[in-house]
Amino acid sequence: MKARLIHWLLALVVLVLAGLAAVAWLNLRGEDAAQQLLRAPGAALAPAPQAVLEKGAYLARAGNCMGCHTAQGGAAYAGGRGVETPFGVVYAPNLTPDAETGLGRWTADAFWRALHHGRSADGRLLYPAFPYPQYTRVLREDADALFAYLQSLAPVRAPARPHQLEFPFNTQAALAVWRALYFRAGEWQPAADAPPEWNRGAYLVQGLGHCAACHSARNRWGGSIEEGLLLGGALEGWHAPALGGRQMAQQDLVRLLQTGVAPTASATGPMAEVVFSSTQYLAPADLQAMAVYLQTLPAPPAPSVALARASDALLGEKVYTAHCAQCHGEQGEGRPGAFGALAGNHAVTLDDSSNVVRMVLQGGYPPATAGNPRPHGMPPFSHQLSDAEIAAVSSFVRQSWGNMAPAVGTIEVYRAREKRRP
Amino acid sequence: MAGLKGSAVNCRSRVWRARVRFAAAALCSLLVLGAHAHEAQPAPTVDAMAWRVKACSACHGDQGRATPEGYFPRLAGKPADYLFRQMQNFRDGRRHHAPMAYLLAHLTDDYLREMAGYFAQREVPYPPPLAAQAPAPVLAQGHALVLQGDAARGLPACVACHGAAMTGVLPAVPGLLGLSRDYLNSQLGAWRTGARHAQAPDCMAAIAQKLSVHEVGAISAWLAAQPVPQGGKPLAQLPRVAPLACAGLAADHKETR
Repeated sequence: MKARLIHWLLALVVLVLAGLAAVAWLNLRGEDAAQQLLRAPGAALAPAPQAVLEKGAYLARAGNCMGCHTAQGGAAYAGGRGVETPFGVVYAPNLTPDAETGLGRWTADAFWRALHHGRSADGRLLYPAFPYPQYTRVLREDADALFAYLQSLAPVRAPARPHQLEFPFNTQAALAVWRALYFRAGEWQPAADAPPEWNRGAYLVQGLGHCAACHSARNRWGGSIEEGLLLGGALEGWHAPALGGRQMAQQDLVRLLQTGVAPTASATGPMAEVVFSSTQYLAPADLQAMAVYLQTLPAPPAPSVALARASDALLGEKVYTAHCAQCHGEQGEGRPGAFGALAGNHAVTLDDSSNVVRMVLQGGYPPATAGNPRPHGMPPFSHQLSDAEIAAVSSFVRQSWGNMAPAVGTIEVYRAREKRRP
Repeated sequence: MAGLKGSAVNCRSRVWRARVRFAAAALCSLLVLGAHAHEAQPAPTVDAMAWRVKACSACHGDQGRATPEGYFPRLAGKPADYLFRQMQNFRDGRRHHAPMAYLLAHLTDDYLREMAGYFAQREVPYPPPLAAQAPAPVLAQGHALVLQGDAARGLPACVACHGAAMTGVLPAVPGLLGLSRDYLNSQLGAWRTGARHAQAPDCMAAIAQKLSVHEVGAISAWLAAQPVPQGGKPLAQLPRVAPLACAGLAADHKETR
C-alpha cells in the first residue's frame, strides 16, 4: 500500500516537473543564448546616423508607443499611464534613456528581446498589455531603429508604477502559463504571391500597428481569437469594430486614418487617440497599403442578432428632437463636414450597441489633426439624460430612417455608465 | 424679418442673379441693406466657431452663458488666457473633471486657444444673482475676507488680484461673480486639498490652503449673491502691484502640444 502511494507521488512529481519544464521551454524557445542585455554603467551607445533616428521616430509613431508610455500631461515616453485590462491595471514603464528608471542601460539585443520575445532586460516576463504578441513580427532592423530613436530622447527620471493586478494574475508563474498557451514569437514572412503594397500593409497592421490588440476578440483568459482576421473586439467599454471587407471606399479609410474623419465615419473613443498620436503621422503610401490589406480581410458576418424593437419609440423621438436634431438633422442626415449622418451610419447600426451608448454618454471630439485641425464635437449627455432616455434615443437612431439594428435596453446603459460587463 | 433674410439669400444665388433684371437687383440690394440696418445677423454657417463648440453648450449653456443656478460655470466674457489655461489643465491633469478631460484629450493648443478666444469675446448679459443662501454673520465673514483678506495670516483680499469689481484681470485672472455657490465652493475646496492646480506660480493654492472650510463656505456664499456690474468685463491690468507672484497675472508661457 505504502509502496503504491510512493509510486503515485513519484509519478505526480514527475508530471509536475515535466509540466514546469514544458512551460519553461515554451517561454524561452527561440531566444538567442549569450546576449549582452545591459551595458556597463556609463557606457555610451555609438551615436546612430540621422536617417536611422528618423526611421525610428517614424516607427515609434506607427507603433503608437507614446500612446501608452506617456501619462496624462506627462513627459513623452516617460511611462506612467495605466492600461485597463480585465485582470487589472498595467502601468507602462519609462522608455526614455534614464539609467535607473528607463532604458538607459539597455542594449539593442535587450530591446529586441522585449519586442520579439516579451521579456525584459532583467529576465522578467512582460504582460501582454505591451502588445508583443503583435510586435514580435517587427523586423530586427526596425526594432534597432526604434531603439536608437528612444535612446536619442532626453532621459527623464520616472520610476515605474507597480501594476494593480489581482492574484494570481500578478505572478510570473501565471504569466508563464499564459504565454505557454497563447504566445509564440513569430518571424514576419511576406506572402510571395502578393504585391509589395499588400505586404507592407500587412506588416504594419499585424506588427507595429497592433490593430489586433483591440480589433480582435479575446477569450476569457485574454488570448486573442482568430487574431489575424480582425473581426472586432471590446476594450474599455467600447466596441472596436471588424475591419475587413469593403465597408467604405478605400480613400475614405485612408482619410479616416489620416485626419480622423471621413464622409461616413469619424474616429472616436480609443481610436481618436490612435489617429491623434499615430496614424495621422504615417506616410500616405503606408496608410494606403494598410487600407489595401485591411480590405482583403473577410467582411464581418451579417448581423445574427434578433431585431428587438424599441420599447419606447415615442420617448426616443422626443429626446432626439430636443437634443440631437439640431446637429444631426430631422432625418438623421447630419451636416456634411461637421456632424455625421446617423441614417445609414455603420457605427450606429453595429450589432453591438456599446459605441452609440458611449457617444451619447460621453460625447467627444474627433482628434485635431493636420488634416482636420478644428473638429466639430458632440456634448456628453451623461448628466442630462436618464438611463431610460439614453436607451430610448439610442434605440431610436438605430431603428429610424432605414436603420435596422437591435434596440438598446436600459440595463445596457447602466452597465456602460458603471463600466460593468454583462 | 424672415422675408428679408430670404431675399438676401436669393440675391446671392447665382441662378437668380443670372435671370434678374437690373432694376430688380437694385431693389433687392436695398432690401439687403435694410436687413443689415436692422442688425439681422445671418445664422452662422456650420463652419463657424459657434457650431464647433456645440459640445460645450450642453453644460455651459448657449455661447457659454451658464447661470448661477446650475453647477457648471459661465464661460462667456472670461479672460481668454484663463479659459485657455483651464482647458490645458483639464487635458493635462492639473484640474480633474473626467468629462472635460475626455472631451479635450485630443485637441491641440492652437485649437483650445481659438475656442477660448471665442468664449472670451461673447457678450451675453448676466442674469441677476440668486438670493443669498447663508445667515447674515456668514455673509459678513465672506464679505470681509473678499474685500480685506486677513493681514495677520498673510491672506490677501480677493479684490487685490481679481479687481475691485471682481470681474477679473487680463491676461488670466478670472472674475468671481456670476458663478454658482456650489461651483465656487468646490473650486476653493479643490485648491485647498490639492486637487486643483494652476500653472506655476500657483498663488491660489497658497491662499486656499490657509482658508478653513467655513471660510471657503462664507466666501462662496457671499460671492454668489453679488450682482455682476454692468458688462462684467475684466480689467486690462491691476491698479497696484499684486500681493503675490501669480501665473494668472503673467503673460502666457508657451507650452505647445
